[in-house]
Amino acid sequence: MEMIVASSVGALTAAGVYLILRLRAFATILGLALLSYAVNVFLFASGRLSVNLPPILSPYGEASYTDPLPQALVLTAIVISFGMTAVLVMVALGAFLETDDDRIDMTESEADGAEIDAATDGGTPR
Amino acid sequence: MNHWIIAPVILPALLAPILGFVMRHDMTLARVFSLAGTVALTAMAIGLFVLAGGDPQVYYLGDWPAPFGIVLVLDRLSALMVLITTVLALLVLIHAVATGWDARGRHFHALFQFQLMGIVGAFLTGDIFNLFVFFEILLIASYGLMIHSGGPERMRAGLQYVVINLAGSTLFLFALGVLYSTTGTLNIADLAQRLQEVPPGEAALVRVAAMLLMIVFGLKAALFPLQFWLPGTYANAPAPVAALFAIMTKVGAYAILRVHTLVFGPGIEATDGMAGDWLFPAAIVTIAIGAIGVLGARRLMPLIAFSVLGSMGTLMVAVSAFSPAATTAALYYLVHSTFAAAALFLLADLVLARRREDWLRARPVTVQNGLFAALFFAAAIGMAGMPPLSGFLGKLLVLDALRAPGALAWAWSAVLVGSLMTIVGFARAGSMLFWKSTAVGAAVRPPRPADEPEAPGPAGVAQVAPTMAAVAVLALLAAFAGPLMNYLEGTTAQLFDREGYISTVLNTDAELK
Repeated sequence: MEMIVASSVGALTAAGVYLILRLRAFATILGLALLSYAVNVFLFASGRLSVNLPPILSPYGEASYTDPLPQALVLTAIVISFGMTAVLVMVALGAFLETDDDRIDMTESEADGAEIDAATDGGTPR
Repeated sequence: MNHWIIAPVILPALLAPILGFVMRHDMTLARVFSLAGTVALTAMAIGLFVLAGGDPQVYYLGDWPAPFGIVLVLDRLSALMVLITTVLALLVLIHAVATGWDARGRHFHALFQFQLMGIVGAFLTGDIFNLFVFFEILLIASYGLMIHSGGPERMRAGLQYVVINLAGSTLFLFALGVLYSTTGTLNIADLAQRLQEVPPGEAALVRVAAMLLMIVFGLKAALFPLQFWLPGTYANAPAPVAALFAIMTKVGAYAILRVHTLVFGPGIEATDGMAGDWLFPAAIVTIAIGAIGVLGARRLMPLIAFSVLGSMGTLMVAVSAFSPAATTAALYYLVHSTFAAAALFLLADLVLARRREDWLRARPVTVQNGLFAALFFAAAIGMAGMPPLSGFLGKLLVLDALRAPGALAWAWSAVLVGSLMTIVGFARAGSMLFWKSTAVGAAVRPPRPADEPEAPGPAGVAQVAPTMAAVAVLALLAAFAGPLMNYLEGTTAQLFDREGYISTVLNTDAELK
């Protein structure tokens, strides 16, 4: 089981990183979602892997139990990443509608703002 | 247990939804409540600052004993950071209300309060997963503030900012997973205790976690090679928001100070000296990038953004020594650079609103050219580190603390040459904006498009006051450097007293374990 969990975390992370590096809004959103799935599985594994054990120590039943804290952490992480993905989709949509383009990175002229207007600049004394 | 410790988190947390849901159609009401809330928050911060003078104080949420419940820890460092945050927030909020920035989009005040909640919470928490949660709160609010009032370039820059921070959050979670799997705890004090006796077989995992956390905090602090988001974000954000973001980079610096002195600090065998070895060259390169950026900038907002980058580099050079003297200097410089950056951004907003473009070229002068020029001069010498303002003292303290033979040559030359280049960049920008512009007649003013509103008239008292107050803080920091340094020395001593922190938070003295 360790092999399956480890390789799935690795595969999800690799796919997520690859998609983020596509630098297009949709691919990046998918990539970040995959990364958050990877980290959720990883957090689960941080409490040691065990099958069919309750998350509480019961005086009547099983003598062993699984660590409940990572489950609580994963729940928090899922909620946060869910909200963040929603925000990201809205921001990406806004950027797409404003610029008619879904690239993540800016071109040089965009990063600099609008080009200097040569005609109006000619009149300034230097 | 003093319940006031959690009050600065609860107040904005309650106020923000009310502002968002109840007062969203009434700007006057929202302004009154937002200002009143921030004033109350500042009062609380002053109270906590006084309260934190002695030993660290711990607040156990739900009265669960540490390390089983979440704790908030109020010590001198966190009280100082909370105080800086609230004073800065008050200045920025007055500016935003006076200039009407808050009305150019929706939910400015609600997002502003959520942002404060996240920042204050991040400074107060004593639990590293809780730190992650507060990071997310301050980030999600900052996404909204960053794209406040919209525009194509701002949306594009905002998207970049969201993506880079989401990737950072994922790394944060990976680091927490590694840390929990090796130590079985997420309480900072408990982590600091357990890492002292970590088995050699797990040392590599601890190093991975320490390094991942440093990458995450370095991303927040805009440290090379993770600095590339900062110029685009700060230059395209609304100027008052950029002024508030001056504290956001400091959250990263604070987290490095807290985690890498307390948890992975000196004496922990697995990570001994690692943080400093990596931070030092990164900070040096950050100073260089900031200085070159200031020289090369063709617009005012990127110029200020790059100067912020340079100041973060200087701050992190001092932090990277991880010695008490250097940390004291770093804290003084941290307070200074927060208000210097805020003063510059607030002033830039006043000037740019009247020039209607931020290219550094001669344009017909705006109203109140002399006043703006004087304020720019004061804020720029503060940021560049010239006497008599606090930037000079801050850089002097940093240089004085970095006398170790290995660090001296690199740190001194980087800080000094960086300062010189910053001075040249600001002098060039100031003379172009405020001096050469006086030689340009109104004839070259391009015809105003019909849909563009009239430029605002002379700035009133309420609009200029926050900028002046920020500059005045710089002067006060210089005038009262002695008492402040005494306080900061106590702060550093408390920060490096790991045993004291652990025994206070875990309450090992009073109860049986």
